Amino acid sequence: MEIGLSHYLTVSAILFTLGVFGIFLNRKNVIIILMSIELILLSVNLNMVAFSHFLNDIVGQVFALFILTVAAAEAAIGLAILVVFYRNRGSIAVEDINMMKG
Amino acid sequence: MTAEILLASLQISTPELILAIGALALLMIGVFSGDRSAPTVTGLAVAIMIAAGLWLVLVPVQGEAWGGAFILDPFSRFMKVIALVGSITAMVMTVGNARSEQLDRFEFPVLLLLATLGMMLLISANDLIALYLGLELMSLALYVVAAINRDSLRSTEAGLKYFVLGALSSGMLLYGMSLIYGFTGNTGLDNIAQVLTAETRSLGVVFGLVFILAGLAFKISAVPFHMWTPDVYEGAPTPVTAFFASGPKVAAMAVFVRVVTEAFMPVFADWQQVVVFISIASMLLGSFAAIGQKNIKRLMAYSSIGHMGYALVGLASGSQSGVSGVALYMLIYMVMTLGTFACIMAMRRKDGGAVENIEDLAGLSSTNPFMALVMTALMFSLAGIPPFAGFWAKWFVILPAIEAKLYALAIIGVVASVVGAYYYLRVIKVMWFDAATGEFGRISGELRLVFGLSGLFVTAYVLFGGPVGSAAEAAAKAFF
Repeated sequence: MEIGLSHYLTVSAILFTLGVFGIFLNRKNVIIILMSIELILLSVNLNMVAFSHFLNDIVGQVFALFILTVAAAEAAIGLAILVVFYRNRGSIAVEDINMMKG
Repeated sequence: MTAEILLASLQISTPELILAIGALALLMIGVFSGDRSAPTVTGLAVAIMIAAGLWLVLVPVQGEAWGGAFILDPFSRFMKVIALVGSITAMVMTVGNARSEQLDRFEFPVLLLLATLGMMLLISANDLIALYLGLELMSLALYVVAAINRDSLRSTEAGLKYFVLGALSSGMLLYGMSLIYGFTGNTGLDNIAQVLTAETRSLGVVFGLVFILAGLAFKISAVPFHMWTPDVYEGAPTPVTAFFASGPKVAAMAVFVRVVTEAFMPVFADWQQVVVFISIASMLLGSFAAIGQKNIKRLMAYSSIGHMGYALVGLASGSQSGVSGVALYMLIYMVMTLGTFACIMAMRRKDGGAVENIEDLAGLSSTNPFMALVMTALMFSLAGIPPFAGFWAKWFVILPAIEAKLYALAIIGVVASVVGAYYYLRVIKVMWFDAATGEFGRISGELRLVFGLSGLFVTAYVLFGGPVGSAAEAAAKAFF
């Protein structure tokens, strides 16, 4: 069976959905949310590279490199904020992020 | 790239270069002289932003730069000047309270400067890659700034919430961008518009468009992507909240307008219904959810959600007058918000403790008549009562909607503003008719200057509104 563009798009759509559900359904740990965010960004990268290959256009791969760089910065900042939150609250459970109610 | 093209690009993006080099230089000053350099760094950061703003106003270059990824047209110039004014004012307002809010670190002005650089790049972005990088530069700096008071549980919780939801929204934005790139083969906004036509657009493009709109709606805090706003506004230190409510909103709205009118004009019917929906939902939620609020920062959060809904009313008409209405709305909204936040920052007891409940304003008319008067003008203006500036802002977005035959949208807008008037009037009632419970301490000079000027702006807007309006019209011409 020939692996075509639609296969890549399906995998990436599944990864994206998993990431979004990981953020909303997870009731345990903020680290899992950070992992879900990475999953979303990687699914986008997969999309970008697949499109770039099938369109014969290099821009998508350039975009993917930028996304990788920003994702690293984002993870660093997220972990840093998580550490200062843990120092104040003594917990990183999702249900403990409840000082303010909307 | 030949030398002339490089020079032209450098000239067009000079304000951004000033900010970028300035931010790095200030970081060096801060690193080598420690926290005692915080006041110097703040002063220099304001000077750098003023220099960038003066360049924008005085040097009449325009056009595309960096291979079409960056554009300086009348619209981006107008929005950049507003965003810079907002950032400068918000930074000046932090000076007096820096110590008590634990903001007297040199990182704070540097982060605000980097966030401002992100806003400028975002407003000028003419390519999806440039748009994403500008947005992330702004957001990453803002996540840190929200949690800047690292000993406070509320501040760090606000930072964490903002980070998680912000990262989710940029993920959705990126997924949309990848679909748009895949189905149009381009990342440049004008190239996308050339490829798209209303008849032959594929389902992939519609999906991509919706994801991009969702990501951008998060940044302007429009319903249904508003959940972070009240918590972040309440939890973050007040000077930071004032910053959040001004420049970043202007920049995100500018890029929202640019993306839909420049890249997706051929599929107008597709995005119009999305914009109409989020506009109606934001206006209604902004009016009804604010009624029960006791904390004035939360109240301002819901008020800002509602105001973004009004600004989108102008965009929904998709006409030149609508876009100029949006530009004008953002200007007036920013002045009103900064003035109100200057008043909120002035709410501290004589012993220095900050208070932020609406009840704490009781009897302000007898203890501090000037502040009560300004706050009253600002509240009337936020509610949209003539002849204050807020009325004209609403007028110039609702009129194009009526011209575009969006009658339901216009009527819901007017009804929502009547409901919203209730909670603004309640603040006025507390200030003028309730008995005073305590007095506020001395108000620092820069706060008095800011709320005095914004009070003057909203009251006297009828007198000088003409030139401001024509500047907004000239800005909107860039797209049509």
